[in-house]
Amino acid sequence: MNLMETIIRIENLIFEYKREEEQEVVRAIDNVSLEIPRGSFTAIIGRNGSGKSTLAKNLNALLLPTSGEIWIDGYNTRDPESLWQVRQRAGMVFQNPDNQLVSSIVEDDVAFGPENLAIPPDEIRIRVDESLKAVGMYEERKKAPHLLSGGQKQRIAIAGVVAMKPQCIILDEPTAMLDPRGRDEVMAIMKKLHQEGITILLITHFMEEAAQAERVIIMDQGRICMDGTPEEIFARSREIRELSLDVPLPVELAEGLRENGIPVPRSIITTEEMVDYLCQLK
Amino acid sequence: MSIEVKNITHIYSEGMPYESVALQEVSFSVADGEFVGIIGHTGSGKSTLVQHLNGLLKPKSGAIFIGDVDITGEKVLMRDIRRRIGLVFQYPEYQLFEETVHKDVAFGPINLGLSEEETDHRVREAIGLVGLDYQELAERSPFELSGGQKRRIAIAGVIAMKPEVLILDEPTAGLDPRAHKEILDMIRSIHSTEKNITLLISHNMNDIAALSDKVLVMERGQVAMMGTPREVFSKGAELKKMGLALPPAAEFMDRMKEKGFPAETSVLTKEEALEALLFQLKDNREQVVQ
Repeated sequence: MNLMETIIRIENLIFEYKREEEQEVVRAIDNVSLEIPRGSFTAIIGRNGSGKSTLAKNLNALLLPTSGEIWIDGYNTRDPESLWQVRQRAGMVFQNPDNQLVSSIVEDDVAFGPENLAIPPDEIRIRVDESLKAVGMYEERKKAPHLLSGGQKQRIAIAGVVAMKPQCIILDEPTAMLDPRGRDEVMAIMKKLHQEGITILLITHFMEEAAQAERVIIMDQGRICMDGTPEEIFARSREIRELSLDVPLPVELAEGLRENGIPVPRSIITTEEMVDYLCQLK
Repeated sequence: MSIEVKNITHIYSEGMPYESVALQEVSFSVADGEFVGIIGHTGSGKSTLVQHLNGLLKPKSGAIFIGDVDITGEKVLMRDIRRRIGLVFQYPEYQLFEETVHKDVAFGPINLGLSEEETDHRVREAIGLVGLDYQELAERSPFELSGGQKRRIAIAGVIAMKPEVLILDEPTAGLDPRAHKEILDMIRSIHSTEKNITLLISHNMNDIAALSDKVLVMERGQVAMMGTPREVFSKGAELKKMGLALPPAAEFMDRMKEKGFPAETSVLTKEEALEALLFQLKDNREQVVQ
């Protein structure tokens, strides 16, 4: 893979923090190397404490490596001179939308990022409108964020990132606090942005969401322990369960059917594929 | 002990530009020892409702009987209500504040004016009930624990008050699959030990289906449905109109049915879904075996 195609390059990343009481050093990320191709959709799963969120925070220089290097579109996250380039290219969306919205009017909130990049007002106006349209929240632009639903607030937070024209968006459990409708809304926006060419990195506990990505990475104890297409990963359901993770429902059903003599192909991992397969049997 | 909610109405910012009716003539009852799941999309009134049940909010009209006492009455002491109704908020681990696990769990009982001895007993019991080891954790800082452990200690702090009604708001949000399962097992075991009324608010329909005797569905500040999980989740089309989902297995069978597959619809778990699929596909299975 040549450099042009790689948007995120992580080389031998180690991240350690000190526990205050005992002065004990905890290694949250243990020698991770990873390349994320431009325009890809990757899901990262793993238990709480496996290092997923620490990894995400390292990607836009909220945390800096203890050792090892990270390049975002060619900019090293360690270099203080390129901090803004890194943050503009790799936008972050967190779990709780209430912690990420700063203004009392939706469109002001979305404008906050571009304003900090010192972009001319006319251009900001265009970007804000485009971003709000991209997440389907243009009609709500004059409203107060606290009057919106969780899913809508999370879409505003995504619009705020989109307005920075990032090449890559890292979402750390963006649907954990949302109701089913909100979760669907946010998932649909992620897919749409991916289709428009933005690289998506999604950290999630929902296996059904991970099954919709192009690539799934499983982290455990600060290391990458599996990396492949969703089909490859979820075919290894026994190992996944040993890591105390779940497999998506269609995969479990497929296993049960295979045990009972119905030869469901192992490539089937999403609900849609499974429904289509079973319906053609009947 | 039972709960009787009678015609409660609550209006936020009454008379202001943003006036909104959060609850409208809500009535339902919960029998002694019952486990009730509460579902509804964001803004449907679930949280407003449970805040009424422990007296954080007062209704504009209507009454709430906890046992024989109308807790909306003028003379009711809030302290008495909160002793009887334990509310565990979302992300309760953010409310931990003490230096040690023991002190954190003891905070509620001490404020109830219990003796040192009784407090100590309750703290040990509560930490045991949430499935943690008192000896190991009592003197540690709650902030050093894992996410799942922190959440359990926060729940222990409420259980140590021995509430007659335990209300849990999204107790599994943001947990990984193992911690999620541990919290569910914990809720189940607390309920079977304490035999108190438990109300569980959750967006996770699997959890709701697995634990609840009855499911209460809130929509636009009103009770849209109340029934057993099987009754409620058999109304997929109505739930979807409200922006709600079915348990994944039920959702899956619903999708099959939409595509013309002659599937059983009252399925709640993946085991039931598998059984229903195998029943319909038994002809195919025979062909394969031959």
